[in-house]
Formats: sequence, C-alpha cells, structure tokens
Amino acid sequence: METIILFAPLVGAIIAGFGWRLIGDKASQWVTTGLLFLSAALSWIVFLTLDASAPEQIQIMRWIESGTLSTDWAIRMDRLTAIMLIVVTTVSSLVHLYSMGYMAHDENFHEGESYRPRFFAYLSFFTFAMLMLVTSDNLLQMFFGWEGVGVASYLLIGFYYRKPSANAAAMKAFIVNRVGDFGFALGIFGLFWMVDSIRFDDIFAAGPMLAEARINFLWTDWNAANLLAFLLFIGAMGKSAQLFLHTWLPDAMEGPTPVSALIHAATMVTAGVFLVVRMSPLFEYAAEAKMFVVYIGAATAFVAATIGLVQNDIKRVIAYSTMSQLGYMFVAAGVGAYSVAMFHLLTHAFFKALLFLGAGSVITAMHHEQDMRNYGNLRRKIPLTFWAMMIGTLALTGVGIPLTYIGFSGFFSKDAIIESAYAAENGFAFWSLVVAALFTSFYSWRLMFMTFYGEARGDAHAHEHAHERRPVMLIPLGVLAIGAIFSGVVWYNQFFGKIDKVEEFFGIPAHVAAEAAEAGEERAAAPAEGEVALAGPPRGAIFIGPENDVLEAAHEVPKWVKVSPFVAMLAGLFIAWMMYIRRPDLPGRLAAAQRPLYLFLLNKWYFDEIYDAVFVRPARRLGRFLWKKGDGKVIDGTINGIAMGIVPFLTRLAGRAQSGYLFHYAFAMVLGVAVLITWMTIGGGAG
Amino acid sequence: MTSADFTLVLPEVILAVFAMGALLFGVYGGKDKTAPILTWTTAGLMVALGAWIGLSGEGSGSAFGGMIVNDGFARFAKVTVLLSAAAVILMSESYMERHGLLRFEYPLIIALATVGMMVMVSAADLMTLYMGLELQSLSLYVVASLRRDSVKSTEAGLKYFVLGALSSGLLLYGASLVYGFAGTTLFAGIIEVAGEGEISLGLLFGLVFLITGLAFKVSAVPFHMWTPDVYEGSPTPVTAFFAAAPKMAAMGLLARVLFDAFGGVSAEWSQVLALLSLVSMFLGAIAAIGQRNIKRLMAYSSIAHMGFALMGLAAGTVAGVQAMLIYMVIYVTMNVGTFAFILSMERDGQPVTDIDSLRQFSKTEPLKALAVLVLMFSLAGVPPLVSFFGKFYVLTAAVDAGLAWLAIAGVIASVIGAFYYLRIVYFMYFGDEGEGVQSAMSPVAWVCLMASAGIMVLGVINLFGVGGAAMAAASALVN
Repeated sequence: METIILFAPLVGAIIAGFGWRLIGDKASQWVTTGLLFLSAALSWIVFLTLDASAPEQIQIMRWIESGTLSTDWAIRMDRLTAIMLIVVTTVSSLVHLYSMGYMAHDENFHEGESYRPRFFAYLSFFTFAMLMLVTSDNLLQMFFGWEGVGVASYLLIGFYYRKPSANAAAMKAFIVNRVGDFGFALGIFGLFWMVDSIRFDDIFAAGPMLAEARINFLWTDWNAANLLAFLLFIGAMGKSAQLFLHTWLPDAMEGPTPVSALIHAATMVTAGVFLVVRMSPLFEYAAEAKMFVVYIGAATAFVAATIGLVQNDIKRVIAYSTMSQLGYMFVAAGVGAYSVAMFHLLTHAFFKALLFLGAGSVITAMHHEQDMRNYGNLRRKIPLTFWAMMIGTLALTGVGIPLTYIGFSGFFSKDAIIESAYAAENGFAFWSLVVAALFTSFYSWRLMFMTFYGEARGDAHAHEHAHERRPVMLIPLGVLAIGAIFSGVVWYNQFFGKIDKVEEFFGIPAHVAAEAAEAGEERAAAPAEGEVALAGPPRGAIFIGPENDVLEAAHEVPKWVKVSPFVAMLAGLFIAWMMYIRRPDLPGRLAAAQRPLYLFLLNKWYFDEIYDAVFVRPARRLGRFLWKKGDGKVIDGTINGIAMGIVPFLTRLAGRAQSGYLFHYAFAMVLGVAVLITWMTIGGGAG
Repeated sequence: MTSADFTLVLPEVILAVFAMGALLFGVYGGKDKTAPILTWTTAGLMVALGAWIGLSGEGSGSAFGGMIVNDGFARFAKVTVLLSAAAVILMSESYMERHGLLRFEYPLIIALATVGMMVMVSAADLMTLYMGLELQSLSLYVVASLRRDSVKSTEAGLKYFVLGALSSGLLLYGASLVYGFAGTTLFAGIIEVAGEGEISLGLLFGLVFLITGLAFKVSAVPFHMWTPDVYEGSPTPVTAFFAAAPKMAAMGLLARVLFDAFGGVSAEWSQVLALLSLVSMFLGAIAAIGQRNIKRLMAYSSIAHMGFALMGLAAGTVAGVQAMLIYMVIYVTMNVGTFAFILSMERDGQPVTDIDSLRQFSKTEPLKALAVLVLMFSLAGVPPLVSFFGKFYVLTAAVDAGLAWLAIAGVIASVIGAFYYLRIVYFMYFGDEGEGVQSAMSPVAWVCLMASAGIMVLGVINLFGVGGAAMAAASALVN
C-alpha cells in the first residue's frame, strides 16, 4: 500500500509527461488527478490504521553498495511519515483538481498550445519527489527527494517560460537553495564520516556518541552533534526560506497560483521543519544548534511579518505569511517541542493552501489582477471564495476562545508554539512570536478588508465581470476549509494537549525520559566500564531527550501567556479595521509620516539589494572577467594566435626549407649530425 | 657454417632463393606477362613465411657466430614486414596494370628488399646490420625510379640514392668508430665495452653516427628531407611500400642497435632520440598543413608518426619498446588502408593526388568515404579508434620514464597535426561542388581499405592480441 502511495504520482507524471500525445489533454489531467486521489485515500487509511509503536521499514530495493556505504531504498513508516503523507497527498490531490479549473485557460500560452499535461506532469512529479523525501529511510534517499522537489519547484516557478521574471525567479529559487543544499550535503558527509552509515537507525543510535565526539572543521574544533545539526539546519533554512536564505520564496510567486499553494505553502517549504523533526535524535544532543534554530525561526517569524504589513500583491502577502509561519514551526522544533512543530505544519498546510487557492480564485475572478489596491468590495461578487478566505484567515490568525477547546486550527497550534517558547524560557523567541502574531492578524485582515470590503477600486470592467469561476476550483476550497476549521481541535491532544497521548501517538515508549535519566546515572556510577553503550536507535518517531521537559512545562505557563496571542490577534484585527474600514485614509498618511520605515519594509529590509551588491554583482563581475579576459582574450587569443599566426608561419618556413635541391638536403643532414654530436658531448656525460 | 646456422635463417634463404629463381623464370619466361603470377606467388610466399615465423614458437637462437639472432623481437618485426609487404604488392597490382607499370621485377625487388629487412631486424653484428640495410636500400632505390620514363620518378630515385649513400657513409663511419673503440663488431661484445653508464668519447661518436644513419631510414627530422620528394615522385605503389614495411624494419633495427649494443648507456642515446622525436613530431605536423598533394601529406604524416614511435624508444624501457611496436603495427595498418585508397584516386584514367579533388566524395562513394574518414580520424589519434591507444601507450611509457615534457609536446603536436587529417574529411563531406574524383579499386584494394578501417574500429576491444605479442617481443629485446 505504501508503495502504491509513493509510486502512483510518478506513474501519473510519466503518463502525462510522455504519453499525453497518445491519450490527449483531458485524459492526462484526469489520470494524474485520479492517481493522486488514490494516493491520498490510501494515505488516510495508513494514517488512521498506523500502529505507531511498531514502525515499519518497507524495502523497495538495494540501492548502493560501495565500500562501507550500503543503502537501501526503503519506506520508513512511522507517525512522522504518516502525518506528512496525508498532508502532501491531500493538498496535492486537491491542488490537482483545482488546477483543472485554474489552468484551463492561460494567457501566457498561445492558442492551441498544449501546456496542461506538462503542468500536471510537473505537479505529479513534485508530489513523487516530496513523498520520496518524507518516506525516506536514510539521508541519501532524503537528499534525492530534496533535490527532486527542488527541480520540480524550479520547473513550476518558471512554468510561464515566456516571462523573463518567471525565469529569473526560478533560477533564484534554485541558486539560493544550492547554498542551503551545500550545508545539507556537508552535514550528510559529516554524518557518514562520523557514523559510517547514512541510515537513520544508525545515526539515531549514534546520538549520544556524537554528543561527545569532536570534529575539526574549518581549522576549529567543534562538537560533532552541534556542527552536524547546524549543517543540516542550513539545508533546512534554504528549503524552508528562513531568514538570510529566504529571498527566493516571495519571487517564487511568479509561478501559477496552485503551485504556490502546493509547493510554496503547504508541502515543500515545510521539508526543512520535517528534516529537523526527523533528526530530533541528533538535535536533542545539540543544544547550541537548537538555540540557533530558535533564534533564526523567531527572527524569521518577526521579519517576515513586518514585511507582510505593507505588501500590495495578494500572493506576496500570503508568501510572507508563509515564511513567518515557518519561523513559528522552527521555534517549536528548536525548543524541543517537535510534536508541536508537526502540529503547526499540519494545520498550516490546510489553512495556507486554502488561502492561496482562495487568492487564486480571486485572481482568476479579477482577470489576473494581483494588486490588492485594485480590489475592494468583492464579497458579494464571489461569496464562496470570500467565505473560504474568511475561514483561512480566522485559522491563520488563530481565532478561538482562550482557555477552552473551541477555535480554528491555527488557534491551537500557534498558541501551543508560543506557550512552548515561553516554557523554554526564551524571552526573545516568545516576544517576537507574540508581536509577529499581532502583525499576522493585521496583514491578514488588511488583505481581507482590502479585497472584500470597502469601495471597488481599479478597473471597473474587471469588477463588473468578477464572478465565481468553476466548481472544480470550489470543491478543494471546501475540503481545505473543513481541514482549516477542525484539524486543530481533532488532534490537539495527540500533538500537544496530553503528554501520554502524544507519546502514544508518536510511538514513544512511556516514561522514556525517566528511564534515560536513570540509565545516565547508572553510566555515571559505573564509569569503569568505559564504553558508551550503543543501545540501538531510540524508539518512536521523534525523540525527546531526558532533560527535555518543554511539553510538560508548556502546560504550566501562566494564564497571561496563554491569553497573549489572543490579545495580539484582537489588537491586529482592531488596527486593521481602523485603518481599512473606519478611516481608509490612515494608511497613506502613516506611510507618508514614517516614510523611511515604510520604504524599509516595502523593500523587504533591502535583503535583495544587499545580496545583489555583495554576492550577485561581484560574482557576475568575476564571471565576466573570466569569460572575456580569461577565456576570450587569454585562452582563445593564445590558441588563435598559435593556430592562425605561428603555425602557418612555420608551415611556410618548412615549405621553403623543402627546396628540392639535393645539396640543401645533404647540408641539413650534415648540420643535424653536427648538432647531435655537439649536444651529446656537451650535454651527455661522455668521459 | 653448419646446417644449424642455415636452419635459423631458413625463411630469409627461402625468400632470397625464390626471388632469384623467379627472376630467372621471369627473364626466360614471358617477361612482364608473368608479372601477375609472380605478384601472387610472391605475396603468397610472404604470407606463408609470415605465418610460419609467427607460429614457429618461442625462444631465441643465434647463428653464424652470433652475427644473426632470431628472437621474439625479430619474429614480431618480420611478421609485420612480411604481411605489410604482401598487402602492398597485392593491392598495387591493378594500379600497375592500369598505368602500364606491371613489370615482373617489381614483386621480386620488393621480395629482395624484404629479405634485407628481415636481416636487419635479426642483425646482431655491425656487418650483418650493414648488409641487411644495403640490400634493402639498393632494392628501394631501384623501385623508386621504377617509372623510368618519368622525370619525377627518376629524380626521386636519384635523390633517394644520393642521400641514402650519404647516410650509409655516416653509418659506416659510425660503425668503424665503434669497431675501433670496442674492438669488435658483435653487439654482444660492444655492450660489454660500453658498460654500465660509462662510455668513451669514440664510442659515443660512433653511436651518434649510427643513429644518424638509421634516423635517415625512419625519416626522422633533420634527416627527413628526402621523404616528401621521394614519396611524391615515386609511383604510388612504391610510396605505399615505403610508408609501411621499411619504416618498421628501420625502427626495429634502431631498437636492436640501441638495446643490444648500447643498452647499458640508455641515458646517453635517450636524449638524442627524445630530441629527434620532438622535432619530427612538430615538423611533421606543421609542414603537412601546407601540402595539397596527398602523397606529400602522407610523407609528413609518416614523419610525425615516426616521431611518436621514437618517443617510445626514447623511454628506454620495456614498456617503451612495447609501445613502439604497437604503434608501428597500427601505423603500418593505417597506411596500408590509406594507400589502398590513394592508389584508387583517379580522374579520366589519370591518377590524381590533389586533396581538393576529394570534395563531395561522400556523395559518390559513401562507404569508401566512411572508411577513409575512420582512417583519417585514426591517423589523427581520435579516440576511441585504435591509434588513440597506440599514442596512449607511447605517451604513458614516456611519462613513466620521466619524459613528461616530451609527452606534453607530443600531445600538442598531435593536436596541430589533427588539422590536416580533418581537412581531408572536411573536403569529403562538406567540400564545395566541383570536379570530383573517381575511385577505381580492385577487390584486393577494397578489402585492404575496409579491413584496415574495420581494424581501427574493432581493434579497440583487445588490439587483436598485438599488445601481448609486442610485450613478449619487447621483453626479448630489453633485458
């Protein structure tokens, strides 16, 4: 069954990608979509029937045997995989369905040009690569999937290949990700070097050993666990668009909107979070690396939220929101609340995909207008989309009744993260997240108000013709809305609410923390044995170290902490309402009054400009220098000079020497003998 | 002078006796009417002798007081010489007939030259060396001017003769110096005097003169000047012969002198050979660019190839000799194929040798054009054709012997040289429209061309076992 889940999208991709000429446009769309729904249905069966205490490894084939490197291609079936399976296949199948409507007509392609099978093939291929990533049983397989989704993302961002901006964005995404992948690859090499295996089981079992070991890297001695965790996290930063490696994500919105929903909101960008959670047995031994994760995550959440405040492109607002929410997830993972990170990953997938698909619906209704300043008062024109977006916004901003179990999905997961951050006694993380929650609420409601309320602005013609498009685009909105409303309350206990439920859900043996602590004491008591017992990998999909009591502590936080995100949400809502419903002239005046700050945020903290000046332009200059001067002048010049100048000259010379006169020839011979004799007597060791 | 001595040189004796007997038969028989039958019997006998020598087992022996040896190296060289000579006279027959050159002496003189070459590669004494060399050379002077009524042909023969005499003089002078300082003409005696690493000035001079004389035969720069003129002036079948068997024999003789007589002082001659090799490779590559006549072009090509073969010798190791032998076999094979094609080039019944005339040849004769393409690529040393591996062996041997600079220079020279081979291909496939060339080919020549091209492609599998045989031959020589 798991094999079918994994390969159905690949089969679909191959059929649609290579066989569409045979089966036609329509059929290839239905085949890919149908296979994805099959995959999704099986995933839900797997998820609901999974016995988390007995994780499985399903071998598909022996993959690589080279020296001590021995790698299977296998599916690792535990709770983490199961969660990712339902997230990926559900969102992907819905996006496939939605795309049948969204991509039906596209102005970027000529009449009669067949682009839809290609799109669906890419989508299915992406899904396969993503499933490969989440089902991996070793780092190589994960890296394979990791790069596979990178390729798919590149192809889909640049899907409108006639738009230069889309091509540029695709390249940017690919290149920025290379930076992260370099770190990831180094991490893999380092782990193989230390552990002599890239199988997860071996690496997880080696956690305690790595905590003690040291690596010399870049002329410095590092703690192995910290360094390797850090390197892996660099990879995660690239894929998940964390601060400093985030610049590609907003640009990636050049791709078609369903792509943004699937890849750049729900699935691929969460791969980094998944990686950190998957590697929890390593991160648990890497305190400093975890600290780094927390700070990067919190800073990302905050920075992205500030940028989101002033953006006018509807997709960019949601993109920055995605980046910000990913920061939340990393904070949760960094403080050690891995289950909470997964919880937010799950709920976020639903409501963010919902928001993106809703935005796509708005964009199609408005004839591919993406600037929110040209929207307004659309709620009567496209009521279903409006309600879908409303649900998404309520979930994203975390609406619910504090201290009860009533609320939208984001309410549970985001509050759990903020409480965990407080419980980890990290003031910076806690306050950035609360402030980011305020900003989140503000920009989300700003989006809603500018789009659906107030006066109709912009092209009157577009507004007149705005209407709901196709039912295939509305069904996914409905399904995702259900997820956005209920996914939080249904699984709250399994992910965060009750410790024993969490342990059961993830298959962690009960009281593992206590046992591990005891074992540690025993080892300390008997150091004479002198060896660290490698007792096999820790059981369970995630590993929580003996000193890690964040989950317990998070339940004990003061009441004001639990209420703070709600207050922040209300404050954001109020400000947005003030500025965009009550006094629509306020934003302009505020922007004028605080012009430097406004420009700073509008230009995304000038990250792109700085990178352009520091990395891109010098690299280009170097490239141009090597190309024009190094290759063109020096190498080509030398070769051409020799080939067209010196060689013909020598040829003429040789031709002239070949005079045809016997005595010339004889003279040359005698000369030759003389030269040889002289050379031998001088150069040789004749005695 | 025992029967054992004659047993050892039986193949040479048989071939010599056959040549003389056939000469009588020709004179008293039908003169030129007997030419076809003599051609075929000569070739047949050569192939038979080649097979016999090739399969006659292991070991080495010497005869006539150590003046002639028969070892693995000699057998390897003899087989190559005999087979290539047979191939050349067979494929020349139709050309000779078409152009009124079908003389009954031609195969017999070739046979005598072959006897000379067989003696050369078996020589273990300065006098045997000279005897073999002169037998070969005198025969070649004659065939060079085979077309007596042509100014060019006679000029070629005369030039070759005068310069050959000069080189023989140098060689003899060297030989007498060596004899004077070593007190013996036997290689086995010379090597004792030349010792390990020590050599007297007189011996050194003698060695250089010997090398000079032999370098003339392999047409190494600066003793190459005769080559283009003689190649161009001689009738094409003769040129084909020049380019193949004598090169192998001279190279074998050079190797024999250097290793058997002066093996102890390889550091001394290694640098001379390296120098000859270097200038030969570059001159061969550069001067050929200016040539429009394919026979002259092949002359320069052979100079460049001899440079490569000398690089193997310059290494002074078993691997070097092995590489040289492999290289020579490949070279001879390529040349047989290429000349099989050149022999067939004609227009209105007249032979043409202009490379411009090959334009658009692929349109009229796609299969032959393809075979020539393969041969040209192979001559240029383009992988994966066999010749690439020949070069590769030589370069490896040079690098292993500490002659990396020579190897690098060789690579550069072969890049330059690739130009004119590829230009022929260019003419055949992409040349302008114009008056083309016909290719009149006898079945034998066709087989030679196709087989040669086929070997270039298929040989990459295992070089048809030549590698192992060359290894055995090289070990027999160097020890």
